[in-house]
Amino acid sequence: MAEKIATREAYGKALAELGEKYDFVVLDADLAEATKTLYFKKAFPERFFDCGIAEGNMMSVAAGIASTGKPVFASTFAMFAAGRAFEQVRNSIGYPHLNVKIGATHAGITVGEDGATHQCNEDIALMRTIPGMTIINPSDAVEARAAVEAALNIDGPVYMRFGRFAVPVINDTPNYKFEVGKGVELLAGSDVTIVATGLMVSMALEAAQMLKEQGIAARVVNIHTIKPIDKEIIVKAAKETGAIVTAEEHNIIGGLGGAVAEVVSENYPVPVLRVGVEDKYGHSGKVPPLLEMYGLTPEKIVEKALAAVTLKK
Amino acid sequence: MNQNELKSLKTTAAKIRLGILEGVHAAASGHPGGSLSIAEILTYLYFKELNVDPKNPKNPDRDRFVLSKGHTAPGLYAALAEKGFFDRAELKNLRHVDSFLQGHPDMKIIPGVDMSAGSLGLGISSACGMALAGKVDKKNYRVYTVVGDGESEEGQVWEAAMFAAHYKLDNLCVIVDWNGLQIDGPVAEVMNPTPHDKKFEAFGFHVISVDAHDFEQLEKAFEEAKTVKGKPTAIIAKSVKGKGVSYMENEVKWHGSAPNDELYEQAVSEITEAMKNI
Repeated sequence: MAEKIATREAYGKALAELGEKYDFVVLDADLAEATKTLYFKKAFPERFFDCGIAEGNMMSVAAGIASTGKPVFASTFAMFAAGRAFEQVRNSIGYPHLNVKIGATHAGITVGEDGATHQCNEDIALMRTIPGMTIINPSDAVEARAAVEAALNIDGPVYMRFGRFAVPVINDTPNYKFEVGKGVELLAGSDVTIVATGLMVSMALEAAQMLKEQGIAARVVNIHTIKPIDKEIIVKAAKETGAIVTAEEHNIIGGLGGAVAEVVSENYPVPVLRVGVEDKYGHSGKVPPLLEMYGLTPEKIVEKALAAVTLKK
Repeated sequence: MNQNELKSLKTTAAKIRLGILEGVHAAASGHPGGSLSIAEILTYLYFKELNVDPKNPKNPDRDRFVLSKGHTAPGLYAALAEKGFFDRAELKNLRHVDSFLQGHPDMKIIPGVDMSAGSLGLGISSACGMALAGKVDKKNYRVYTVVGDGESEEGQVWEAAMFAAHYKLDNLCVIVDWNGLQIDGPVAEVMNPTPHDKKFEAFGFHVISVDAHDFEQLEKAFEEAKTVKGKPTAIIAKSVKGKGVSYMENEVKWHGSAPNDELYEQAVSEITEAMKNI
């Protein structure tokens, strides 16, 4: 059984580690304990600033800091980073293309017990519509660590999506390499492609195993960078496997499913079925039953994959 | 301030007023009222206060200015042109599709603009970020921002005020353009945000009240602001919206509309006449 670590944990540790090598500032909005920027705060108290419970102000403050040439991370829950502060992210950060790295934690349904007001299933859709925004949704702790350093080396705004819930580490391989905008084929297959992001990547691998037992060879592609999306790997999958299933812990509208469907329909139309939160609000509960409740499971991916295969011409 | 300097500043303010009117008239849209109300403030900042150099607009050690009430960009652009950041002839291209002079300030393409702004409440926060970065980097630059009185109805203005005082941003100077009018009518009737002096004081600012059109008062206020340690300063500047153009003064209508040819000519002649008497 793989070790399980929450991507927010990896985010906080990466900030503290990279603070040695890079000159940047970290902002939080009274959630440092939860977003894990606390690690950076402890290591570099003179470069950490709590903005209090005022996320809109935090984003515009971040823009001001970045305008002086200093990279800055702004952290809060996804709901408040992309939701509450959408307009500040769009106008203060996105429009002038400033070097602000948004560390949005507690994304998706796996917030758990706090329930719908805090379960953000819309952030990817919102951030995708901001021109020039890079969006990274890492699948595990290894990828989260890599994403933070990659974000520092991007000239412009980056939205990084992290989860509260501990997820299996799947990228701790000697050859692991993170490249912004490049999807990763984790498993070869020719019958159908499962394109997954975030914590759904490990479930996609499980689903592929289950499909294999039914005689279906599923390809698994990890899309950690949702914008700019890797068109090449998606079109290749459409051509070579003829059917695609997307899997994300996000509304099926506007997120990975939307992005993949756009690429496929414009380049090489094949069936694209989407696994995700089906345009619903969240609910309080422990994470495992919530994932069942919202259909974020390997079984659901298998079901959609079989349906996608039958839709092939 | 000696008489020659005062005369020179007054002349510059009049030129900025002419630039505002030229831009808004040529665009047949834009916001003259709140641009005219800050003509002296912009003049004082760009010709007396700010350490900025049009030949080196991105100097990391420069003072910064954020026009938080970004809709009064015609005022900022006229000041920047007068200062030499770009050719004054550009003003007549304001808001045109082939011009870099956007309806609201755009730091990416307009020389001398330190922060894109215009969505109200955002600019003051960005000014706080610049001031904080100055503290972190131990730089001596100062940061100035002009906030509208109507703008202060935005909650973010007060989030920023809280932040500025909390982090003791004594390198930050917020100027409130208290012209008393907003789109829907008198600020006091639409949603009264006053008293600004007491509010900023309660938020932890050093507060100075001035007549926004009096250069000697402005000088005293800006000099005083530089002596304040451990807290930001707010200058509450009582102004006349549309100042300098008789038919625009204190008229809500001129918040966001442009004069026709006839009224434009009248405005130009009023300001030109007034210039002769400086």
